[in-house]
Amino acid sequence: MTTTAPERLVAVPVRHYGRWVSALLVIGAVAGIVYAFSQAKIDYGTTGHFFTASNIIQGAARTLLISVLAQAMGIALGVVFAVMRLSRNPVTSTVSWFYIWLFRGTPVLVQLLIWYNLALVFPTMFGHSTSDIMTPFLAALLGLGINEGAYMAEIVRAGIASVDEGQTEASQALGMTQGQTLRRVVLPQAMRVIIPPTGNEFINMLKTSSLAYSIQYGELLLSAVSVYTRNLQVIELLFTVSLWYLVLTSVFSIGQYYLERRFARGAARELPATPMSRLILNLRGRPRV
Amino acid sequence: MNQPMVLAENVHKSFGKLEVLKGIDLEVGRGEVCCLLGPSGSGKSTFLRCINHLEKVDAGRLSVDGKLVGYRQQGDKLYELKERETAQARAEIGMVFQRFNLFPHMTALGNVVEAPLRVRRESRSGAIDRGRALLDRVGLGDKVDAYPAQLSGGQQQRVAIARALAMQPKLMLFDEPTSALDPELVGEVLDVMRGLAEDGMTMVVVTHEMGFAREVGDTVVFMDGGVVVEKGDPKSVINNPQEERTKAFLGKVL
Repeated sequence: MTTTAPERLVAVPVRHYGRWVSALLVIGAVAGIVYAFSQAKIDYGTTGHFFTASNIIQGAARTLLISVLAQAMGIALGVVFAVMRLSRNPVTSTVSWFYIWLFRGTPVLVQLLIWYNLALVFPTMFGHSTSDIMTPFLAALLGLGINEGAYMAEIVRAGIASVDEGQTEASQALGMTQGQTLRRVVLPQAMRVIIPPTGNEFINMLKTSSLAYSIQYGELLLSAVSVYTRNLQVIELLFTVSLWYLVLTSVFSIGQYYLERRFARGAARELPATPMSRLILNLRGRPRV
Repeated sequence: MNQPMVLAENVHKSFGKLEVLKGIDLEVGRGEVCCLLGPSGSGKSTFLRCINHLEKVDAGRLSVDGKLVGYRQQGDKLYELKERETAQARAEIGMVFQRFNLFPHMTALGNVVEAPLRVRRESRSGAIDRGRALLDRVGLGDKVDAYPAQLSGGQQQRVAIARALAMQPKLMLFDEPTSALDPELVGEVLDVMRGLAEDGMTMVVVTHEMGFAREVGDTVVFMDGGVVVEKGDPKSVINNPQEERTKAFLGKVL
């Protein structure tokens, strides 16, 4: 038994010595990697220089364009095929099952090559030469978009299934049709479940769109490849491209955060503060709670 | 006209092999408040859901205001109606659920004006004015912009009643409207329902609130095992039941 007066007693939290050791190890490892790359035969000036080169920026813009369009197509197809899959009509649900089976079951690179080479099996379409219609852009859009639709269909289906059945009943009891129930009641609530994986899908799409380089669509990777085949600074240009992909994925990760907040309406009594508003509050010197 | 508001003739309903309704005959007159009592599993909720075709009837006839619900008769067969026609019939019948089933992504007012705007295609300003008045009537004039998650159970159920009333129904169905509520919140919902009954609304109420049934009900129907065991005016059925099963049930709940 100690004789110290209780008010003199000080509580000491558990000491985490392991954290200090692991932090030192991590710093050491990072320093080693940085040193290795600083001594490597890489011209970082080239990486930086091409980051703002007009043909690379154009490639990044095309990557963004094809990703947005293909994802939009994927979402539209996904909603349609998810509703078809859940339909009581056996014809529509079987068609949807087959679509998902086919496009989820084959590699997207193979699908891109098939769309691009469609002229080999259908030389003409609608009275025009197929190779004129099936530009690299269209082949990339169809290949990426239709493939994405199969994944989105499963995501949307899970979202619709997550909405309580009582919601559908309440909506029908008010005299709303199945379409109105879906649009006004079920889908807005399903969004909360659909949006996080859709954000992941879009970030994946930004990167997967690089496969379109194989069918001559001039996106980010192809524009870098066409530079390094001339100047042979392969890794420098691949680093430039990686930086651009990181910028794009980071920007959309932030966008996804705010989108998720918006669709959490009604699920929580009060939304948590955003990182930005917390930062502003801290800068104003509000005492920590 | 003396045509009853609800007329059920020999209504049968099965879920798979389980026969839940074994021939229900029931008449609910205009302006009448009919309380359905009975143990759980007796089929009273299923019967209520058959009235607005949330459940399909297997055999027998069910009509509201002289019109078959969800079917059209041709010869001795009933043909199920197209979804759109059923929706039109449902718009005339209000329903209140045990678990409220408010739309969580809409405010209280949003819940109330949704069907008038989408189903009746009323003007926005007119629907909002009427929606506010209805929320006022159920005592929630100050909760217009609240989301369901911000309301207590009793408040949510009152919003749900206002939502059903917004369609100006000729019949209101209540499926155990107070069973999911804390005891001290039951009264505020029953008060709203009592007010509706006084205004002459035709109501079919599945409930375990014997006090409400005795006081507000015009008729009480006791169901058990998918059949109507006993029906009559509330005081005689509840205070002086004739059937053994009714006596056994009331002995446990009163």
